[in-house]
Amino acid sequence: MSFPDRKETEVRRMLEGPHPALPPDLAGRAAERGRRMLHRHQVARTIGWLLLLAAVVAFGVWAAIVEPWAAPPPTDTTPPLEGW
Amino acid sequence: MVRKRRAARDGRRAREFEAFVAGAGGRLLHAATLLTGEPTGDTEAAERLLTAALARTYARWDRLRGEDPYDHTRRTLAALFAHRGHRYRRPRGGTLARLTPQERLVLVLRLYEGVAEEQTAAALGLPVERVRAICTRAVTVMRSAAPRRGTTGTRPSAGTRPSAGTSPSAGTPPSTGGRAATGAAGAGAGTGAGAGTGTGAGTGTGAGAGTGAGAGAAP
Repeated sequence: MSFPDRKETEVRRMLEGPHPALPPDLAGRAAERGRRMLHRHQVARTIGWLLLLAAVVAFGVWAAIVEPWAAPPPTDTTPPLEGW
Repeated sequence: MVRKRRAARDGRRAREFEAFVAGAGGRLLHAATLLTGEPTGDTEAAERLLTAALARTYARWDRLRGEDPYDHTRRTLAALFAHRGHRYRRPRGGTLARLTPQERLVLVLRLYEGVAEEQTAAALGLPVERVRAICTRAVTVMRSAAPRRGTTGTRPSAGTRPSAGTSPSAGTPPSTGGRAATGAAGAGAGTGAGAGTGTGAGTGTGAGAGTGAGAGAAP
């Protein structure tokens, strides 16, 4: 077709040289490494969930003990108004 | 019961993955070899790169959701190579040994794998014009490095790269007429290996390695 296409085809042919032989154990090695990676991810995820759970439980316990929603008792420190 | 289901899933994943590697592994390894710039006989770094990419694909296998595992592996391979590109700067005598790692990456993605310019640019985080410019430059270097029909000895652009000047085994592979393509590959491997080892060890060992690589790549 056009000029650049012919050049690219030439280089493409150059790239399609002799193929290296695939080692027979490459798939097994990659799978083993991927399995370890997967396992690591699962462990990290489990730890994350456990941490979240622990945080929720701790907050619940603290809230049950302190009861921060309870209003403080009314104070009587306001100076009395007299002399009107 | 959960354990049984997980074991079944692991087995199915392992089978599918093995079939995938058996089918696509050769092509992926060739792409990795082109990236690392190694000769066909010695693909250690390429195997390491491909194993890392394939392991990531394996770890993601259950969550690919219809995505082509080949695409995923290729993208991971490109990302890993871009990340570790500085390790492969030293020429090792492969077909693309005279290009920089970035030029190799663009050339392999664009021409060998046939990825579109826009996708290549997105994968590498470069503007499309830059990808086009790198590709054009790499094509020019490759064509100037390849010998013209029949004349293996004289190279038109011996001054573009300093490694092309000293080549003890430029005329070793016999290229006669119809075998121009294999002759070109052999000459490329010979010059790259000769220059690479020659700087480290000396002239005698450089010449020995050069002829060895050239003879290995010629048939």
